[in-house]
Amino acid sequence: MADKVFMQGNEAFAEAAIRSGCKYFFGYPITPSSEIPEYYAKKAPTEGLTFIQAETEVSAFNMVAGVAATGKRGMTATAGPGFSLGCEAMSYMSAASLPAVIVDCMRPGPADGEILGSQGDYNQLTKGGGHGDYNTIVLAPYSVQEYADFAPLAFDLAEKYRNPVVVASDGTIAKMMENVELPERVEPKGRADWAVDGINGRGHHNDITTCGDGPEQWERFNLALQAKYAEIRENEQRWEEVETADADIIVVAFGTMARVCLDAVKLARKDGMKVGMIRPITIWPFPEKAFANYIGKGKKFFVAELNAGQMVNDVKIAVNDNASVEFYGRLGGMIPSPVEIYNKLCELYK
Amino acid sequence: MSIVYKRPEVFTDEYMKYCGGCGHGIINKLIGEIIEEENLVEKTVLIWPIGCSVYADKYFKADSVCALHGRAPAMGTGIKRACPEDLVIVYQGDGDMVSEGMAEIMHAGIRGEKFTVIFVNNSIYGMTGGQMAPTTLMDQVTTTTPYGRAEVNTGNPVNMAEIIGNLPECYYSERVTVNSPANIRKTKAAIKKAFKYQMEGKGLSFVEILSPCPTGWKVKPVQAIKWIDDVVTKQFPLGVFKDRGQEEK
Repeated sequence: MADKVFMQGNEAFAEAAIRSGCKYFFGYPITPSSEIPEYYAKKAPTEGLTFIQAETEVSAFNMVAGVAATGKRGMTATAGPGFSLGCEAMSYMSAASLPAVIVDCMRPGPADGEILGSQGDYNQLTKGGGHGDYNTIVLAPYSVQEYADFAPLAFDLAEKYRNPVVVASDGTIAKMMENVELPERVEPKGRADWAVDGINGRGHHNDITTCGDGPEQWERFNLALQAKYAEIRENEQRWEEVETADADIIVVAFGTMARVCLDAVKLARKDGMKVGMIRPITIWPFPEKAFANYIGKGKKFFVAELNAGQMVNDVKIAVNDNASVEFYGRLGGMIPSPVEIYNKLCELYK
Repeated sequence: MSIVYKRPEVFTDEYMKYCGGCGHGIINKLIGEIIEEENLVEKTVLIWPIGCSVYADKYFKADSVCALHGRAPAMGTGIKRACPEDLVIVYQGDGDMVSEGMAEIMHAGIRGEKFTVIFVNNSIYGMTGGQMAPTTLMDQVTTTTPYGRAEVNTGNPVNMAEIIGNLPECYYSERVTVNSPANIRKTKAAIKKAFKYQMEGKGLSFVEILSPCPTGWKVKPVQAIKWIDDVVTKQFPLGVFKDRGQEEK
């Protein structure tokens, strides 16, 4: 039987990560992510965990790279300013095919900004953020339950594709408490055949390097990465649809904003308006497949985000510029009420 | 006839990309010899930096990673914590460690990470073409100090073996050089001791090696060797700055 508890988002995620066999945590305190390192620090002696409060996020991300290079499960958690520092290592871990998990509890930027909920890291998380042509899988939870569920999923996907996976929560999902069913414990796997953990009887040595050996080799290397990203795009698009079949307006929202929009959709349906919602669960790969059925059928799309419209272009690409795409967003940590969104839907429905 | 000198078997057939007169090749070879002699090849994880030794993973038939610039001690922390039984060797140059990665090495030392750091100090950025490093000597001409390094704009050279040796959790810190057969033997002994301490589970072991860079210094290899004796060791004196193994005896 899985445990049902009433738990804060960050703590539920940390507990789920421990149960997923993640025994190594390296992190630098930053609001709104700090309960994750604190939870690891508290549980370290009884659970046999390694917890290090790193000197910087730069170091924390590179420590995670070190653990991931040995084939073991390790992670860090941060917020926008720290993720910006970690982007160097995100680029590295992507090139080095390291299966790390990183939590970004998004908060409003730019710069130091604010500490409440935001979705302003969308572009940074989904378009790379660091240098070079790389992508990371990005899971965006919209409830504490989903946040906890994404801990084992993130590690499984990271190991399946040998690629970093980001769990993009935000100040709201991270801090709120909800009922949550925690995942079962997973036993750690044996040694990975590609890992750098000493030969120790393996029969051959392993190297991990991201240094190119001339443009021909480095182009081949990059094409192999791109082939992996194509496979991920094909296999791992995740989304949820709510009353889309007959909808005239389809709301597109993820994370915290999807919760607000879900209530707005219910209000609209109560008034007889045909409104539905597509909720991206992976924001990379973006769930383009969700939109395929609705292209060229006169439907309007309404993108709502806690940023200045960073997901809008992905929606426009997904509908092949063949539908009207409207946007509404709030900035700075402001979160709209369902009525605020409902009023926007009413304007659009006219 | 017995063999008294040979290429370490842990080396691959790859040609080393180091310049003539460079110390990296000697230091790589010493590491290879020691891990072979001490039967540690199977347990070794080499962490290479960004710098002239960036391709060194290709020279060893041992597990290797090439870290980001300056981040080898952080990556080494993750690896050593995950594999505490392994011999984790963090290899860094002076630009990599003392400039880009000063925070990472200092905090690895502050925490007393139980790995060995091989710090190759040649007082200059070699790979990028001879720019100033924090270890560049006063008045030394580099491409970014064309009139010589001056205190007013760049401060003074940084003595890492002393700084790291002063940290309470550092177990062993020594500075050696590879500019003569006698000094090469002393360097080998220092590295061997550092590896021994690591395998005994002691705190950070740190070996700074003054290394000639004739290409960067724009002198002939023989002059580079002499310059280490005449000039470099005046700023960076050879010696043991911390040896808790000796103190505890």
